[in-house]
Amino acid sequence: MWGRLSLDALPHDMITIGGVVGGGLALLAGIAAITYFKKWRWLWTNWLTSLDPKKIGVMYLVVATAMLLRGLADAAMMRAQQAVFATGDGSGPISADMFQQVFSAHGTIMIFFVAMGAIFGILNLILPLQLGARDVAFPLLNSISFWLLVAGMVLMNVSLAVGEFSTAGWLAYPPLSELQYSPGTGVDYWIWSLQIAGIGSLLSGINFLATIFTMRRAGMTLMKMPVFAWSVVGSMLLVAFAFPILTATLSMLSLDRTIGTHFFTSDMGGNPMMYVNLIWAWGHPEVYILVLPAFGIFSEIVPVFSKKRLFGYTSMVWALMAITVLSFTVWLHHFFTMGSGANVNAFFGIMTMVIAIPTGVKIFNWLFTMYRGRVKLATPMLWFMGFVVTFTIGGLTGVLMAVPGIDYQVHNSLFLVAHFHNVIIGGVVFGFFAGLAYWWPKFTGFYLHEGLGKAAFWCWLIGFLVAFLPLYVLGFMGAVRRLDSYDASLGWQGLFIVAAVGMMIILLGVLFQITQVGYSIWKRKELRASSDPWDGRTFEWSTSTPIAEYNFASLAPVMYRDDFWEQKHRSRYTKPVGLIEPIRVPKNTGIGVGIGLISAVVGFAIIWHIWWLALAAVIGGIVLVITATLREDTERIIGVDEIVATEKRLRGTK
Amino acid sequence: MSKPRLLDQKFLDYKTSTGFWLYLMTDCVLFGTLFASYIVLHPATAGGPTSSEIFSLPMALTETIILLTSSFTCGLALLALRQNSLRQLIIWLGATYILGVSFLTIELSEFAALVGDGHSWQQSAFLSGFFTLVGTHGLHIFVGLLWLLVMVAVLFKKGITPKLKRQLGLFGLFWHFLDLVWVFIFTVVYLMGAAS
Repeated sequence: MWGRLSLDALPHDMITIGGVVGGGLALLAGIAAITYFKKWRWLWTNWLTSLDPKKIGVMYLVVATAMLLRGLADAAMMRAQQAVFATGDGSGPISADMFQQVFSAHGTIMIFFVAMGAIFGILNLILPLQLGARDVAFPLLNSISFWLLVAGMVLMNVSLAVGEFSTAGWLAYPPLSELQYSPGTGVDYWIWSLQIAGIGSLLSGINFLATIFTMRRAGMTLMKMPVFAWSVVGSMLLVAFAFPILTATLSMLSLDRTIGTHFFTSDMGGNPMMYVNLIWAWGHPEVYILVLPAFGIFSEIVPVFSKKRLFGYTSMVWALMAITVLSFTVWLHHFFTMGSGANVNAFFGIMTMVIAIPTGVKIFNWLFTMYRGRVKLATPMLWFMGFVVTFTIGGLTGVLMAVPGIDYQVHNSLFLVAHFHNVIIGGVVFGFFAGLAYWWPKFTGFYLHEGLGKAAFWCWLIGFLVAFLPLYVLGFMGAVRRLDSYDASLGWQGLFIVAAVGMMIILLGVLFQITQVGYSIWKRKELRASSDPWDGRTFEWSTSTPIAEYNFASLAPVMYRDDFWEQKHRSRYTKPVGLIEPIRVPKNTGIGVGIGLISAVVGFAIIWHIWWLALAAVIGGIVLVITATLREDTERIIGVDEIVATEKRLRGTK
Repeated sequence: MSKPRLLDQKFLDYKTSTGFWLYLMTDCVLFGTLFASYIVLHPATAGGPTSSEIFSLPMALTETIILLTSSFTCGLALLALRQNSLRQLIIWLGATYILGVSFLTIELSEFAALVGDGHSWQQSAFLSGFFTLVGTHGLHIFVGLLWLLVMVAVLFKKGITPKLKRQLGLFGLFWHFLDLVWVFIFTVVYLMGAAS
């Protein structure tokens, strides 16, 4: 009846029980608070069922932030283990098995739920506004994408309470991840939380590409788009071409584990190295899926805070497109040690080094934008400067490892771990924080507190360097990744303790950020910002704050790149007249929530081999999709009178 | 009147057709991955049968002819849609449906025969790749047939609506795409498999 599910699936060790109880209590407290303040209806109609990308974007950011805290907790546990308990007799609070679950969960959460969630959140918030559009191409699909990510996240967290998580690392290499060596439910949780969230990401990729190709304001040719929109073109093209590979690969691994196929098994002709090739054919582009939008964010911030237009717009676009194409030609550098031969390794090594060229072009373009500009060192700009330093160090160590001979030496060592944290924290995370500080006043009407923001930045920057530079040294000393114990005589403990101190400094930074948000909300009257607080260049700053549901009352055609800036500062700019006409906006619907819920049930049922439930849920899902396609009356028309009244109200409060 | 075009813009607005083409490209990559895996695993028979021992070319050719014909009837249905002829539209959609079901029946009987002979997906990596690649195509056909059924039901109830026109336009793209994928399956799996 219940497949593999029994009471044994509940957690046994104290740390997991603590996590489950803590998480459960937090969830209960949330539910109780919403019930007490009678906010369920408000939550349902204003947020959960909304198809407004500005609201979906905020929900993405909430999910990403919650998961960031869990990912950080995992990181802290690993640092504690390696600094304190790893040299002991293994009697520390974290068992070897649990340590493996922790590092697998850390990587999975940080990439799939934090980074992807943050990227899609920012895209939803910014992209339609920057294109001068009122919505994304397919609003309902957008909601479905979000709820699929939530479904994946739910499965990911359920694994803490019911069953176990994968112990096979964030990419679950076979044959370790095959049934023979991982008979539990951990790898299945990993597969299905990623599969469901991944399909959501794929649908988002299609949606945002279609938005860029078909929804731009009249007159906004591709080469008049903001560079952020260009970075999204690159990133979403990669989503569209890489995520199907992930879908297929996860499906094959899942078939191996559930119906006994032999794609990646070590017997019956299966080929584990094929999995490694396929997963990196997705995985390497994934890195650029994350970092390209961060490049885009910096390309918006640097000109605004330097009071100059972006240096080398065209070369910036070409660099983005070059990176997009090249990112599909380097996947093998993740496993030079496979032994494909000198020529193959040399090819992939050279292609990897080639990517450094367009990336270098971008760095220099940003720096030249600052050159002789009137640079204002507000928090977003600090994040940018921190990014230039850390990302360049990370990039250089990457080029170092692109030499196959060197890679053989540092493969799988902490040197590698330090490298990719260097580019992902220094690139993606710093970019995301910069964007948050930059766009926060646009959506809330008040600034984030500058002093606390700067404190957070310095903690992150210093904490990052203290936490990860020792790992480079440890890597050279021979420390491999994912170690839960090592012999004290190796003399590594000192550096691990330094790294743990770095982790604590980062956590202090996070504490500053939480305080910053809370304090800024409390002091929002003093921190009030205008609708264009930074003297912005792109369309999002031309709207009122708060932004109307329909974004723009009229759709006057675009004449220039940075059209809004020209409107404000060019003396002979004649603003084209846009008529105010009735606007159609999509009505709310719970279909996205329903599909997310059903997907989570399907995943859970397959993980636990509860076949009747899986079948019932799949049928339910099909019925729901059919109902969705038959829906009539999906739009609401906002009349001219209402638009005029709304504009008067929103513009008046400025 | 201008020359009739199969993918008339009357059916599809720019936004929807862009989105659906993008979806088809992603599906193409998915099939590409499965093709690549199949080709890698083709020699990995692990003591089980090789492709030339188990594939029946006449059966695969029959499937091909049926599916190509269904693509033709699907095209005729879209022409009928252009003429706003409900009766012809339903006839050609019905023909497409019957051909699709026949295709799926033959495919499933081929699968059943293989499993009955002990050559299931569990026997070797080659067979895993075969069942997954061809089965994924079959699953797409199944989804297409379900979609078709829903659209015909709507046609009976409401007649030709603008929304249904759009859906039929998309369905046409989907069905031709599956046809194209099958041409590759026929070539790579069956023709090359029987020859090797």
